[in-house]
Amino acid sequence: MAAAEPVAASAVPGTRSLLAEVQDATGLDPAHCYQCGKCSAGCPMAAEMELKTHEIIRLLQLDRRERLLATESIWLCLTCETCTTRCPNEFDPAAVIDALREIALRERRDSVPRHIAAFHSAFLGQIRSFGRVFEFGLVASYKLRSRAFFADVLAVPGMLARGKLALAPRRIKGIREVRRIFRKCATREEPR
Amino acid sequence: MKIGYFPGCSLHATAREFDESLRLVAAALDIELDEVQDWACCGATSAHATNHALGIALPARTLALAQRQKLDRVLCPCAACYNRLATARHALAHDKKTAAQVQSILGLAFDNSVGVVSIAEMLSGVTAEIRKQTRVPLTDVKVACYYGCLLVRPPDVCGFEDAEVPSSLESIVSATGAAPVKWSMALECCGGGFSLSRTASVVRLGRLILRAARDAGAQIIVVACPMCHSNLDFRQRAMLERGGLNQPMPVLFLSELVGLSLGLDPDRLGLRRHFVSPQPLLDRISASKAMPERREQA
Repeated sequence: MAAAEPVAASAVPGTRSLLAEVQDATGLDPAHCYQCGKCSAGCPMAAEMELKTHEIIRLLQLDRRERLLATESIWLCLTCETCTTRCPNEFDPAAVIDALREIALRERRDSVPRHIAAFHSAFLGQIRSFGRVFEFGLVASYKLRSRAFFADVLAVPGMLARGKLALAPRRIKGIREVRRIFRKCATREEPR
Repeated sequence: MKIGYFPGCSLHATAREFDESLRLVAAALDIELDEVQDWACCGATSAHATNHALGIALPARTLALAQRQKLDRVLCPCAACYNRLATARHALAHDKKTAAQVQSILGLAFDNSVGVVSIAEMLSGVTAEIRKQTRVPLTDVKVACYYGCLLVRPPDVCGFEDAEVPSSLESIVSATGAAPVKWSMALECCGGGFSLSRTASVVRLGRLILRAARDAGAQIIVVACPMCHSNLDFRQRAMLERGGLNQPMPVLFLSELVGLSLGLDPDRLGLRRHFVSPQPLLDRISASKAMPERREQA
């Protein structure tokens, strides 16, 4: 968590605006959204979201930090970019949701849905270890992190029979370059 | 024609038939694929959803390696890799803050001169050659061309065709002799990276896609993305169990369909690696009069 860092202004409610932070990160002005709702109309995940895309943007305009960083809805975005493609005022809701996720991960890690957090950690862990993702290792690591031990276990023989699982990971030569990228991009909650 | 090649992680594992079929098709069409040496994962959804700089820097490294290898363009068959490399290229060209940050992160000499090409873009540029070399016209095969998200969106990144009414897959499928159907779900999302972490969403979305393809009269779906393929093929059983779909629908990679029309061996194209058997399609093809020519070639 952010413990190693001095307390950022943003960690104290009311001292820094989420709106300003998202503007800084994306270069976008949420005031451009006039709530037509076209983004939510085309969103494949809207049916499963507590807050629809246009509602997320509205709450951002109102600077509702706690509400936005705690909602599962930002983690349900698939970044299919339908909203961004169709926005009549050239706003980019998908980029805003990515920025919200990055901030939520830094400040409200416990609000990230467990299975989704487990998947992202397992996926990035593979890249950091090998430079590439080895799906067998990814699935194993995901299961340990999510505790979804039994999901898809019956699919393993079928995957093997079709030659679809690379069992032995191989590290790329430039792994140090890749780790350097991770280190330099490291967000504050990571050890280094 | 020579082009750089970035297969990406999936093409070495769950989507290896995409790699196998693409290499065979490229050879048949006289396209030389020069693999980017020591490429790393593009970071896919997990990088950009959690760390903006990481989501740009990982694919930027691959672009820098391609430049060092003197490649002017890189083919990314996986739609997710294509989208990440194209996004990185776009951000480095248009977003000065990100460009400066990524340059210092990479520490590699790099001027962002390498182009990024999807398989739809590449093959739609050689449809005349595909027509000329067709040995097994796939006449009467009705195909739902499924673009999904990452091949066409967002339009300023993937700008080689219309983001709402694309036509490259249809033009390639038509070149094989097959008949693309008109349908409503060509651009919907399949649930992408939620295959493991939110399977129920993938089953819900994929079932709607399969149903729309069937209702439009399609016999098969053609895709250009390992995630779309895995979700619609491997997860199809769960979709069928939810009902309303009648029978399984084979899902082929674009390169497999083109390979069949070029008379290439279905086994070498990797068609036996699918979970939903494409046998009905292969039977239909072998029943067609063009079959003797394919045998001659084999």
